[in-house]
Amino acid sequence: MPDSRVRIFSLIEQHHEAILADWLGRLRGGRGDGQHRDPEAPERARRFLQCLRRGATSGEADDISGPEWAPMRELLEDTSRAWGMQGFTPTETATFVFSLKDPLFDLLRREIGNDADQLGREIWLATRLIDRLGLYTIECYQKTREEVIGRQQQELLELSTPVVELWDGILALPLIGTLDSARTQIVMESLLERIVASGADIAIIDITGVPTVDTLVAQHLIKTISAARLMGADCILSGIRPQIAQTIVHLGLELNVVSKATMADALGLALRRTGRAIVNRAASAEPKAGT
Amino acid sequence: MSEIPILKIGDCLLVSIQVDMHDRLAMALQDDLTERIVRDRARGVMIDISALEIVDSFIGRMLNNIAAMSRVLDAVTVVVGMRPAVAITLVELGLTLSGVRTALNVDKGLAMIRGLIDTPERVDDRRER
Repeated sequence: MPDSRVRIFSLIEQHHEAILADWLGRLRGGRGDGQHRDPEAPERARRFLQCLRRGATSGEADDISGPEWAPMRELLEDTSRAWGMQGFTPTETATFVFSLKDPLFDLLRREIGNDADQLGREIWLATRLIDRLGLYTIECYQKTREEVIGRQQQELLELSTPVVELWDGILALPLIGTLDSARTQIVMESLLERIVASGADIAIIDITGVPTVDTLVAQHLIKTISAARLMGADCILSGIRPQIAQTIVHLGLELNVVSKATMADALGLALRRTGRAIVNRAASAEPKAGT
Repeated sequence: MSEIPILKIGDCLLVSIQVDMHDRLAMALQDDLTERIVRDRARGVMIDISALEIVDSFIGRMLNNIAAMSRVLDAVTVVVGMRPAVAITLVELGLTLSGVRTALNVDKGLAMIRGLIDTPERVDDRRER
């Protein structure tokens, strides 16, 4: 159907100014204040039409993966990414593309309204093309959102498992939130990496921020402690709340590790074990104090 | 079949495992090592596994056995240089090597052996197996 194909694309070429004006009006019309939420929307629409005309030179409406459609794809990716970041809904993003149908169909009806057969063919072709572009936009939008979610998850994991160097050779691992297998794995890995990197002898695992300790959490703790011991570092468990101490005993859990009520006690023990002491300078007459 | 060298440092023996352990090599190492502990009257044994990427349950048991044998011969055993990935795997396998002492590297291992040998009453007898 070369004749019908030529018709729509040449019509767009002839009337692109009118289409743009009509389209911009419709984009604005959707909102009460007469303004699109994105101030760049008119500019994007202008570039969209340019890219559409560029893509039309390929004469291909069913396949937008060709090189002629490259600028169009780039524009749609850019638009959906920008709008995805700005918190536009998928509907708003897709409507941008789909709203081109109105001016386009109006144009077709005006130009070839007397030939129903051809009008049907042209509209069908235009619909397929616009749908394809719209779907591509949504795909990009979705991808952007997934990237955001993935990054946030990663950040959350990193945030939740800091390994802190308290002193030379003493690491602290303040655990916040529930320990599941995935987190235990990451906690274990980052702790062991830090033990290697810093050559630490003692690791203090602080569970003040762990809301509940059940058998599963205890097992994960034991795993972490055992792995650290295999690397040659001793663990001290700290931050055990009274409630959790009771739970541990009631469940009959055997943690096989030195535990302290507070991080301060654990640090004191760790310093003692590594042959250090903290001295009160005011109390002791010695001028040299500190470690 | 290659042989794992056993080096003598003072009254310690250093075994550095640089090749992939297979079962016969492990058995040979047990023979050699017990022989050397007696001959050199060694007080400490250090096994460096920093080059090992894979430690399976057999090697894990071998390390436990060596530690137990050394203890009978009045020498302390320290396993040094275990990689993080190996440690995680062993823990997942349920092998915590509870009878074996561990240290991060050869330096710390040597210091640990020194400390254990110099104390008059041996602390490692507390540990079971």
